Amino acid sequence: MLVCFSLHAEEAALEKRARALEQELRCLVCQNQTLAESNAPLAIDLRNQVREQLAAGKSDEEVKSWLVARYGDFVLYRPPFKASTLLLWGGPFVFLLLGAFLLLRVTRKKRPAAELSDADRARAARLLE
Amino acid sequence: MKLAWTIMGFALLVALLAAGLRLNPREVPSPLIGKPAPPFELPLLAAPGKTFSQKEMAGKVWIMNVWASWCPPCLVEHPVITQLAKSGIAPVVGLNYKDTREDALPWLARNGNPFQLTVFDASGRIGIDYGVYGVPETYVIDRQGLIRYKHIGPVTAEVAEKKIAPLVRELNGGK
Repeated sequence: MLVCFSLHAEEAALEKRARALEQELRCLVCQNQTLAESNAPLAIDLRNQVREQLAAGKSDEEVKSWLVARYGDFVLYRPPFKASTLLLWGGPFVFLLLGAFLLLRVTRKKRPAAELSDADRARAARLLE
Repeated sequence: MKLAWTIMGFALLVALLAAGLRLNPREVPSPLIGKPAPPFELPLLAAPGKTFSQKEMAGKVWIMNVWASWCPPCLVEHPVITQLAKSGIAPVVGLNYKDTREDALPWLARNGNPFQLTVFDASGRIGIDYGVYGVPETYVIDRQGLIRYKHIGPVTAEVAEKKIAPLVRELNGGK
């Protein structure tokens, strides 16, 4: 009985790991779907491979690099940070900085117009008396 | 001045988007280029008792064409592959992918068999090793057994003439 239960627990844990991993992997056939979502024949084959390899004791990283060796970084929904993906990861920050720079320039230019001269201040003080 | 900057910025964005539109997202760059062709030992399509391994092609520049009878684009490229094989530029080996003998053999009989031989990958397991995700796919493998070129989708006459044939000639030492 005990053996039976622990086997089930192990199977469930493996299934959970496989599911989580498949959410991270892209189906090459329907490229906007993950391996978990796609029912393309290749996705089914690759899901079976993922399960088989996890069951054989491979780590998540080992399974991922096994797939990357065959299909490239493209299979990863979260591509690694390296020279060829620099623009991909850095691009949004470049645009953010550019936006911040333009915003500063525009707002700074308007400031001098709002400054009051001494004569203005004196006039304002008189009016407030 | 301000207007000029705005127009320039806009033009830059348009150029960026235009470049993005031209890229084909289905063409996944293969990490296998320059790497050894994954080893296999598969039964022949025509003779289940015999096997063939990529090792037997060592020392030769050869072309491997992944096809299936259920794949319409394979039929489209078939005349081009046939032409390529007939030109005698390099032996063409077929890899019949996730197919059945009942379908694949009549397909070859109907459409002509340009292949020196065809191996039978019923489970598609060797296909995975070669990073196959959209049949047809075509590989050029050099004398050292390294993959030098991979074409995804049907080979057009243009690809055969401008990419595959010159590469094969170059790998054969400019013959």
